[in-house]
Amino acid sequence: MGTDPAGHRLAIIGGGVMGTNIATLAVGHGIPVVLVDVSETVLAGAATTVAGKLRHAQLMGTLPGRPPGALTTTVSLREVGAVTAVVEAVTEVPETKAKVLAEVSEVVPPGTTLISNTSCIPIDEMAASVVRPGELVGVHFMNPAYLITTVEVIRGPRTDDQTMDAVTALLTALGREGIVIRDAPGFVINRLLHPLINHAAMVAQKGTATPEMVDALLEGCLGHSTGPLRTADLIGLDNLVDSLNVLYERTGDESCRPCELLLQKVREGSLGRKTGQGFYDYGKVAS
Amino acid sequence: MTAENTSGAAPVTAEDIEQALLGFLTEKIKSPVAADQDLFASGLVSSMFAMQLVVHLETEYGIAIIGPELKLDNFRTVQAMTSLVMRLRNGSPLPADA
Repeated sequence: MGTDPAGHRLAIIGGGVMGTNIATLAVGHGIPVVLVDVSETVLAGAATTVAGKLRHAQLMGTLPGRPPGALTTTVSLREVGAVTAVVEAVTEVPETKAKVLAEVSEVVPPGTTLISNTSCIPIDEMAASVVRPGELVGVHFMNPAYLITTVEVIRGPRTDDQTMDAVTALLTALGREGIVIRDAPGFVINRLLHPLINHAAMVAQKGTATPEMVDALLEGCLGHSTGPLRTADLIGLDNLVDSLNVLYERTGDESCRPCELLLQKVREGSLGRKTGQGFYDYGKVAS
Repeated sequence: MTAENTSGAAPVTAEDIEQALLGFLTEKIKSPVAADQDLFASGLVSSMFAMQLVVHLETEYGIAIIGPELKLDNFRTVQAMTSLVMRLRNGSPLPADA
């Protein structure tokens, strides 16, 4: 297996925001994907979403111009067939991820790279659930994965060299640049970003500034390409709250305890772009 | 998103399209724009909003923006978008929902 897309075939578990993002990235780079979810309805919607995201990637000129890889879907892990790597992109709840990874590792043969796209859960914590801990590695794709070329790669203490070689080859075939770091709750990106977003929401909650003002200040003064509350809407506020809980439980850092405004929006179903409403109103959901 | 220009009543002249687009953008990005202003270079339009523009034009004007037409340069300015809509409406086998 090398950097040629023809040598790769991915299974992606979870047809949500990140599952469809990563599927778009892979298919757009000529790599076949089998997308797995427990819901046929989710899978039907996911196929449409991937088609829309492929258009977005083409619009932004981020595809290499290869023939696209095939996208297939299944509700059964046992039907994924021969794959070179499995990407887990299910809900950011430790018990859910552990259960899915345990099932995956029992189904796939040795030598299949297991990738978790977790936002915050330490890789070694999940390695306890898999049959071959050396084959598990973290790859934190950004959202949208098909537009942002840098990814955070987390090597757990038990991740072996063959797995690191395999994931490096895969990322090269996907046109991504991985920065390999050590294992910790939230890794680098979300250990920094999630408390920032939480504080930005607190500022809006207190009425110090509107979400538009908060974002305009960080964009205009600090050069952030997307302000923290627009970023929160892109991530999905439910995922953000789940991730903050993971961080808070593992670090005890009060800045990671989800603030009331975030919790309220999740209760109301205002989850960000994916529902058309979060800190901002998106009208019709575009992709 | 308002849809005052539904299929049967969609504007047909380049001037109408340009005015409608200027109004749509001003409402969405809460800032006045000029017809020849580069929306991406000025930072007014993000990569995410770019896709909303594609969907908006397709929905409002009954066109399909596909193949080589689906590129950022066609959305860079209001003038470019107006030209795109006129081109696709004139060459499109799909009139605006007759």
